[in-house]
Amino acid sequence: MDRRAQIIDVQGLQDLVEALLARGYTVVGPTVRDGAVVLGPISGVDDLPRGVHDRQDAALYRLETRDDDALFGYAAPVQGAKPVFFPADELLWRAHRSPDGFDVEDPDGERPGPVALIGARACDLTAVDIHDEVLMRRRYVDDHYARRRAGTFVVAVACGEPGGTCFCASVGTGPCPRTGYDLLLTELLEAEHHFLVEVGTSRGADVLADVPTTVATPSDVTAAGDVVARATERMGRTLETEGLRDLLYASAESPRWDDVASRCLACTSCTLVCPTCFCTSVGDVTDLTGDVAERHRVWDSCFSEQFSYIHGGALRSETRSRYRQWMTHKLGSWQDQFGMLGCVGCGRCITWCPAAIDITAEAAALRAAAPPPGPPAAPPVPVPTGVRP
Amino acid sequence: MTSVLDPQPTTAPEAADPMTPVPYRLERLRQDTRDTFTLELEPVAGPPLAYRAGQFTMLDAFGVGEVPISISGDPTRPGPLEHTIRDVGVVTHALVTAEEGAVLGVRGPFGTTWDVADGEGGDVVLVAGGIGLAPLRPALLELIGHRDRYGRVVLLYGARTPEDILFGDELRTWAVDHGVTVEVTVDNGQHAWRGKVGLVTHLVPRAGFDARNTLALVCGPEVMMRYAASALVDRGVPAGRVRLSMERSMKCGVGLCGHCQLRELFVCVDGPVLTYDRLAPLLTCREL
Repeated sequence: MDRRAQIIDVQGLQDLVEALLARGYTVVGPTVRDGAVVLGPISGVDDLPRGVHDRQDAALYRLETRDDDALFGYAAPVQGAKPVFFPADELLWRAHRSPDGFDVEDPDGERPGPVALIGARACDLTAVDIHDEVLMRRRYVDDHYARRRAGTFVVAVACGEPGGTCFCASVGTGPCPRTGYDLLLTELLEAEHHFLVEVGTSRGADVLADVPTTVATPSDVTAAGDVVARATERMGRTLETEGLRDLLYASAESPRWDDVASRCLACTSCTLVCPTCFCTSVGDVTDLTGDVAERHRVWDSCFSEQFSYIHGGALRSETRSRYRQWMTHKLGSWQDQFGMLGCVGCGRCITWCPAAIDITAEAAALRAAAPPPGPPAAPPVPVPTGVRP
Repeated sequence: MTSVLDPQPTTAPEAADPMTPVPYRLERLRQDTRDTFTLELEPVAGPPLAYRAGQFTMLDAFGVGEVPISISGDPTRPGPLEHTIRDVGVVTHALVTAEEGAVLGVRGPFGTTWDVADGEGGDVVLVAGGIGLAPLRPALLELIGHRDRYGRVVLLYGARTPEDILFGDELRTWAVDHGVTVEVTVDNGQHAWRGKVGLVTHLVPRAGFDARNTLALVCGPEVMMRYAASALVDRGVPAGRVRLSMERSMKCGVGLCGHCQLRELFVCVDGPVLTYDRLAPLLTCREL
């Protein structure tokens, strides 16, 4: 396999998409819809956002026109790859009443072919890896997810345009993916519009063989390195990750949670755009006869009151408790559960929070308020506090 | 990141899809109290469910939904799969009003177990509050199945009223025939009640057991468990020998839906039975 970097032009990218379509992949890439860059099925370069830039800040997202024809001149799309492999509404099973109670039908026939992701960012590839860990590498495997993930082909694009809410560099996931791709593109706009292509797998090399390429020159390779270096320096946010888990655990009773709760609307936006949030609920629906029942798994959010409901009431009745649960999970308990951070630094929760709440600012505020590190605290004495439902 | 390209489940999936219910026929429905019923289920096809004391299943009423319910039957002998259910919500109401002969769905068994055998050679104390007696019943049946292996077996049980006392006949059998010290208290005792009135946690200090050599199993409302565990530790039972069966919202039972999280714990797979040394710091933080 030739691992030397290659160069393709815009037509080469079109050829690449067509080569993937010809191999039976459902090709999913960024495209502009409703004034935002979103992921969707694409059939060629014309479906990609051309000359578009996204201005992002807390509670702010605007598409703007660039003065070039860049096809990847924006940060990550509004949603990561989460909905591609983990739909917001998935039919788990359909059952028919029968003399022996009910027969469960496996809803398998409707499986789409394998997916090729075009333009995947480092943050989103890390998020897919995190979902693989949560949903496929534990005792119980989410079979629906596993089947959707089977055979995924990845054309990653090194991020050259981090947004104002991005902080992948500080959590170590980007802006350039180190692994996890079949092909890695870096968009070069200086002299002429073309892409440096690095091959990650032999499967990637096979597909690239269908596309006219030239060998990259040393200056192409240097230019690609510069794109990533500049992106690293232009992250809109930073998150100090040192000791985060212990900080969150020690801050469980911090007054900061009351402060953030006074701003948080518990609207669930952050959890819906988060590429690692995996919580779901189930709902049963029947047809009019009552003889056919379906169970659907739908995205849920720890910000909803019903999320923690057991007989007697919601265990997290206050917004304070729900924000604490979400942030403690992302940055703290996720590490105990899965050995990794639950945050990839994509910044979507900041951009899409209507109240402009910023997880990096909240973490910094907790850190500023935390007592200086001293000898390990004694184990908490079990003093009952208030009555819970 | 190693596997984004060729994702392989690193553990073999369980034989059947854990999210798909298996049909079980309701063979017998017994009313225990005014709002509590015991369902006896047999699989429509295949062998009976193998489970251990302390585990739960997700019980499904066709087209209505499913709920996590601890198994209340005897794990040591073959027989119907038993669940004891309070009629408190939409799904539990559908379950307890199902007709005998109806088919319900079962997923599981899931979760950790009481591991009663850890108490062999010492005393075992069971502290139950309300419907919390039901998940403890398999543990008690296991204890009296090997009664000679244990020292004193003490059941401290608190019910709301005398009419809410579960398994009344069995309580007498356990005491008379199997040498179990059974102490029952009610929150509200009127009429002909001549027994104890008050919180079950108040029975802990004076109950007859050797605290240093005791395994304690606790199930009931969370606030009751917290006080009971605290009282047991005050008596001298090591916190690691006090086990609580936790209740949380659960939609999957297999650690995937996220609802049951208690900080780093997934109560459905890391629990429901957890030791108090692990739980104590989590239970004292409000709304964690």
